[in-house]
Amino acid sequence: MRLEPAGEAEACAQIRTLARERMPVRIEGGGTRQAIGRPIQTAATLSSHKLAGITLYEPAEMVVAARAGTPLAELDAALAAKGQMLPFEPPDYRALLGSAGEPTVGGVVAGNLSGPRRIAAGACRDALIGLRFVDGRGELMRTGGRVMKNVTGLDLAKLLCGSWGTLAFLVEATFKVLPRPEAELTLLFEGLPEDRAIALLCAAMGTPYPPSAAAHLPAGVGGTRPRTLLRLEGFAEAIGYRADRLAERLFEYGRCERLEGAASAALWRAIRDVEPLAEPRERAIWRLSLPPRRGAEAVARIRAERACEVLYDWSGGLVWLATEEEEDAGCGLVRSTAAALGGHAMLVRGSRELRLRIPPFHPPAERVRALEAQLQKTFDPLGLFDPGLRAAGI
Amino acid sequence: MTGIAFPAPDPRILARKAEIVAALRRLVSDPEDVIDDPVELAPYETDAFTAYRRLPLAVVLPRSTAEASRVLAYLAREGVKVVPRGAGTSLAGGAIPLEDSVVIGVARMNRVLAIDPLNRTARVEAGITNLAITNAVAEHGFFYAPDPSSQLACTLAGNIAMNSGGAHCLKYGVTTNNLLGVTLVLVDGSVVELGGEALDAPGYDLVGLVCGSEGQLGIVTEAVVRILPQPEGARPVLLAFPSSEAAGACVAEIIAAGILPVAIEFMDNPAIRICEAFAKAGYPVEAAAMLIVEVEGSDREIDAELARITQIARRHGVTTIKESRSATETAQIWKGRKSAFGATGRIADYICMDGTIPTGRLPEVLRRMEEIVRGYGLRVANVFHAGDGNLHPLILYDVNDPEQAARAEAAGADILKLCVEVGGCLTGEHGVGIEKRDLMRHQFTDAELALQASVRRVFDPTEILNPGKVFPLDLRAAA
Repeated sequence: MRLEPAGEAEACAQIRTLARERMPVRIEGGGTRQAIGRPIQTAATLSSHKLAGITLYEPAEMVVAARAGTPLAELDAALAAKGQMLPFEPPDYRALLGSAGEPTVGGVVAGNLSGPRRIAAGACRDALIGLRFVDGRGELMRTGGRVMKNVTGLDLAKLLCGSWGTLAFLVEATFKVLPRPEAELTLLFEGLPEDRAIALLCAAMGTPYPPSAAAHLPAGVGGTRPRTLLRLEGFAEAIGYRADRLAERLFEYGRCERLEGAASAALWRAIRDVEPLAEPRERAIWRLSLPPRRGAEAVARIRAERACEVLYDWSGGLVWLATEEEEDAGCGLVRSTAAALGGHAMLVRGSRELRLRIPPFHPPAERVRALEAQLQKTFDPLGLFDPGLRAAGI
Repeated sequence: MTGIAFPAPDPRILARKAEIVAALRRLVSDPEDVIDDPVELAPYETDAFTAYRRLPLAVVLPRSTAEASRVLAYLAREGVKVVPRGAGTSLAGGAIPLEDSVVIGVARMNRVLAIDPLNRTARVEAGITNLAITNAVAEHGFFYAPDPSSQLACTLAGNIAMNSGGAHCLKYGVTTNNLLGVTLVLVDGSVVELGGEALDAPGYDLVGLVCGSEGQLGIVTEAVVRILPQPEGARPVLLAFPSSEAAGACVAEIIAAGILPVAIEFMDNPAIRICEAFAKAGYPVEAAAMLIVEVEGSDREIDAELARITQIARRHGVTTIKESRSATETAQIWKGRKSAFGATGRIADYICMDGTIPTGRLPEVLRRMEEIVRGYGLRVANVFHAGDGNLHPLILYDVNDPEQAARAEAAGADILKLCVEVGGCLTGEHGVGIEKRDLMRHQFTDAELALQASVRRVFDPTEILNPGKVFPLDLRAAA
């Protein structure tokens, strides 16, 4: 059965029916990331597809609200028309996951998905200032609001952002937006080994000329030579100056090239969407979140025991790692390495069998797991929403 | 003022004071860290919402997470209420004790544990003052961005509890946007590490949930914060306008033009006069409204952005443009603004409200606030963060006149309701505390409040942490 409520009242009514029937549902936005998480089977799907449209846009207040099913492309176009953008550069995983459909506002919020600009401008959860959602009792709820200092009482928006549909059905999200930069310029350093590259990125992020993105593509990942990249954004007159100062400060890492306009934008779009690692399709893809300066160290430890290809974003704080699926895709090694260095690892892409065998989401500490399970019961007492998606049994 | 009800103290707990104090002394390394003498307890009887005060049973000032854990576990086991406290600078009464409660203050946990310039993070104990973080990382060329006006005194623990902002949050966000991890002591004494040096944490965003939870989910003893590289330079410009409307419209156009100043501060005529009399900052006392707009970057960037800003201001009838030409002038311009509350305190007693509105409604809200306060026969002065719509109207009254005090409180409540009515919210950066507890129903439905209360109970099932705050006293948690 497929439920596609066209309004909030209908969504509430349908969820009340589901609760009465004790019928769990799979929650779906644009359906582009359904292959993330533990495979689950439900008799019904609850889609936000028909909950679409921008409900509020005040450019002078830098705030926008849209229903959960609104395609991100539509929101982005509306913001671009007023010279603004979502600060967190939401990624598009269709190429990575081999999926079709349109990424939606609700999907991006459910996954707290953020692209390269996250290192400088914050994640989806930072730009998200308000939410409307329906809980597992079929009650419409609001949290946060439309003002930047948005939180009165508990900040439930943070809890729902990144909950992957396991707490509530999102119906509308409000974001803080930013001026779209007038220009962008990328500094490209070639030939650096990974530890030097991450050192460069971290050094650059600590200067008074902080880049809006900092990434490293090792040799063979989207190109033959290793490429270390810093993106500057802003008014044209300002970024030229900042690029000069940065190049001076980073002199010890060698000369750099400059990429502008479309060439720069295309490169960052590919990094955002993890395109260089998308093929071959049968490889598993891990997402490691680490203290940025530990990025290269984590990869070196993993690579000592297992073949993999990587892409570094967020100044080294985000490592995309592709490896064969054999031996549980190195689950134990990847997770213990990430954890030992202060991070964690999520399996973003893997076969159905793999995702049933190993938990795709990084298992939390025992006491935290207990809190999470109780929180889930609080929002969704009957376990209707995406049961078992994050971990078996909850 | 006596308008706000406190839960009745439990006589059985009050009767056990000596026993509880003795037990607490055994749990801390230095018995002096437990205060029970009424004279020494006096500084803890209220916070910056001074109209209400209650002497707590005792105050404990633990020196480590382990001590805080032992103390909290003991108090929870004994069913003794706990009021967490940072520096007590909240305007909403979030740190006001109950007579049958023990205050756990984090003031003695104020060390910097690690500074990591490459990660752009610092790990600190939560009792550190806001400004001390910036001072500690300055030698590495960094600063901690949230900067509440009370930054010399307020603690990070309090900033986390109230999700505080400051003048510069237009560009850098509030506490939640600059907080990566916390060490949280739960009521059963267990200690959980949430988040850390990485940019996100696995599982639900519990760091985000704890930030702004007003001390009701646990006690934060340590935190990892984002630190940012100092800009090459920063410079404010002072802009005076013939009307509040013109100033408000100027703010809107600056933002619409794609310029993101680090701060846009607004003062109305009464506030300008009060601050000028006190700080001699060279403020235009005839102006109806004034903005302080600060931009940062290189000299050239600053020149270019200030040129764009003053050009916009001219379109809105600006009457005075005063660009700072030196560090001294910059300090002078800010001195008036940052001393606004102190300066006001010299001419009258005041209650300072803290609410937020959509910036587009600024002129209308200013006019209606003036009407509200005048309707109660009082005066109001306005100083606030215009960029993010966080209002701080100061309602002037005579504290020795109980009838005036009651009118001031009523005017404040009307202003907060107005904030909600125009699409804003009851709080900006001082939390709900006790002051706004009973106004929560103007912003939320009972179902929404019940859901929040249920989330609180996941962490604190018997509600011993900071009871009587945030939620209306008669609220029932969802089944």
